[in-house]
Amino acid sequence: MNPVVLNSQQISRAISRIAHEIVEKNSGCDNLALVGIRTRGVPFAKRLQAKIKSIENVTLQLGILDITLYRDDIQTGRSHPEIRSTEIPFPVEETKIVLCDDVLFTGRTIRAAIDELMDFGRPAGVQLATLIDRGHRELPIRPDYVGKNIPTSKSQLIKVRLNEEDGEDQVILVDAPQ
Amino acid sequence: MQYSQKHLLGIKGLSKEDILAVLNAADTFKVYTQRDIKKVPTLRGRTIINMFFEPSTRTRTSFEIAGKRMSADVINIAGSSSSVVKGETLVDTVKNLEAMNCDILIIRHGEAGAAELAARHLSNPVINAGDGYHEHPTQALLDLMTIREHKQELEGQKVTIVGDIAHSRVARSNIYAMKTLGMDVSVVGPPTMIPADMEKMGVKVFHNLEKGIKDADVIMMLRIQMERQNKTFFPTLREYSNLFGLNLQKLKKAKKDVLILHPGPVNRGIEISTDVIDGPHSVILNQVTNGVAIRMALMYLLLGLSDETVN
Repeated sequence: MNPVVLNSQQISRAISRIAHEIVEKNSGCDNLALVGIRTRGVPFAKRLQAKIKSIENVTLQLGILDITLYRDDIQTGRSHPEIRSTEIPFPVEETKIVLCDDVLFTGRTIRAAIDELMDFGRPAGVQLATLIDRGHRELPIRPDYVGKNIPTSKSQLIKVRLNEEDGEDQVILVDAPQ
Repeated sequence: MQYSQKHLLGIKGLSKEDILAVLNAADTFKVYTQRDIKKVPTLRGRTIINMFFEPSTRTRTSFEIAGKRMSADVINIAGSSSSVVKGETLVDTVKNLEAMNCDILIIRHGEAGAAELAARHLSNPVINAGDGYHEHPTQALLDLMTIREHKQELEGQKVTIVGDIAHSRVARSNIYAMKTLGMDVSVVGPPTMIPADMEKMGVKVFHNLEKGIKDADVIMMLRIQMERQNKTFFPTLREYSNLFGLNLQKLKKAKKDVLILHPGPVNRGIEISTDVIDGPHSVILNQVTNGVAIRMALMYLLLGLSDETVN
């Protein structure tokens, strides 16, 4: 059995706390937007949006990034992931943006996401929210909001399963196959 | 869905999944081409050689823009300015270009099979940008993308292709693709311009334009290729235009929501009248826009698989 590191209730509490932290740190919701990184950063961002709505009664703008074309590990000989659309339905210029992703690992995804975001304009600032920080950064990137820090070995896998994508809410730690 | 081939030499031999993989990726790339900053860093450091032994504006520019939007370095070589005029063989030219580490070779040539010949001597992907009377696969893909964009579904659509079917690589590639995707294809043209075995491919043949376009969801007009008409297949251009040229009058016989495609360049007033080209049914310029997205998608898909032994 793989250990469950967060169950449904714990995920929900973590998201509540992060929502409060975002509102606190930014002194409200002015000029603030959420951007989820595909795939599971998107439901994470949507839940934050709903939670912030229940706290502040403000619906933040929500964008979606598909960073496939900005990755640095493409062309390694493996077949490409299917690319899906990026949707940023608001002006990025002078907006404070909270990037949302499910797991923070090497930081390379976030680097790609920041690069893509910059192609839409010059945001006033970019913050980072992650449900799980598992360490092993390869770039100087740190999160502003963390659901849970989980020490892992590099060979392990963190599997975030969210209702919207997987039909259940759970984070599990998987030992890599020998 | 994954594109399973190493090259794109023709539509013949591609599966439905291969074709749809390119179309789906292209739909996404199109969104990128509509942004303010149209360039993505995906193919940074890659080199793409665009080798054209026949005249072209649309296709050559489209490949060049596609490569540049993906941040690749694109080098254009015109046949007339290459060492081929000094007597170098195609295979030698291609091998020399590979020796300079080009990652994708795009080739247009007047002889059928030129792209395949190049592919046999190259370890990197080759894209056929038109070879003689044989195939023009990227044109067929961008045509399908355009049809799908307007009609949502491809399966079951009725398409009528009008013109010199026998000498058209566009028609050939489109017929292969459309039959693979379960579309209903008819062709219209004078008997001298229709290949003998069309019915065997499941294609209906008409020699009367009005009859041929009556039920069509899509009409694809082909260019009368003056440069290939050293043998004449019809008595005069005016007669051809009267019988097989599309104008508003004849278009009244077609469906209200019919789409008009033309691979370009158009001979205004010969195979298609000006009011039809610029009219509401025409998606000729959408085809050109989609061409860039299709070619970006292909470069992306082909380089992703280039290190694997596929096909």
